[in-house]
Amino acid sequence: MLLHRLTHMLSCKEVSRLLSQGEDRRLTLPERLKLRLHLRVCTACTRFARQIAFLRAALQRYGT
Amino acid sequence: MPCGLICAPDARSFIVDADLLASELDTHRRYLLRVAQLQLHDADLAEDVVQETLFAALAARAGFSGRSSVKTWLTGILKHKIVDAIRQKQRQPVILATFNEEADLDDFDPLFKDNGAWEAPPADWGDPENAFARQEFMRVMDACLDKLPPNTARVFMMREVMGLETDEICKELTITANNLWVILYRARMALRHCLEQNWFTAQPRR
Repeated sequence: MLLHRLTHMLSCKEVSRLLSQGEDRRLTLPERLKLRLHLRVCTACTRFARQIAFLRAALQRYGT
Repeated sequence: MPCGLICAPDARSFIVDADLLASELDTHRRYLLRVAQLQLHDADLAEDVVQETLFAALAARAGFSGRSSVKTWLTGILKHKIVDAIRQKQRQPVILATFNEEADLDDFDPLFKDNGAWEAPPADWGDPENAFARQEFMRVMDACLDKLPPNTARVFMMREVMGLETDEICKELTITANNLWVILYRARMALRHCLEQNWFTAQPRR
């Protein structure tokens, strides 16, 4: 049961939401595991993850 | 040397000359106005907030250590003034109404197909940090931030530019954490899309 919950693949939409929330709260362990699994096989979301991190850096520069 | 508001015997900051400080502050005025305007979407209020910031800066100049840049120091003061202004403004019922609209948890999202796959997968941005070396990039970012819905822009700037924690923002604006995450998500998606369109894929080899 636990294994099933952990290996349920997230959709790209869910992944994008979690990646965004990851900037605002600490994700749970299952969330992080599922994210990692998805990112391992998904180029689009891997790009997205990098871009979200870039946005934060860009906005911090914007403010100083 | 004329000695008005900004002249005091205890000025021990590394900017000794008060006139110099005043003109230094003035060079940041446009930038501060820009940030305030983006935050508040109200030209008059932005003007007031910047004015207060500059006065506060002059009054507190002895406390300026010189360890941070003047711009960073001013931004820090502006931050508090803006939060005060938002706190007051947010008590108006009209603002709250549009606010709830923007935080609407509607599940429909044109960026994704029904099965949750990307409608248009994110493009390859290469090394996006290279954009920092280009002045035009910040202008594109300005334009993209301007396109966000007003309350979304306000919340997003509180989080990303002013660096407030999410629970602080929720408390200030009396919204739930879930609503906040939705607003921030929308803002990031919109900004990401806009930068991709107008910068990262706009010209070959930026």
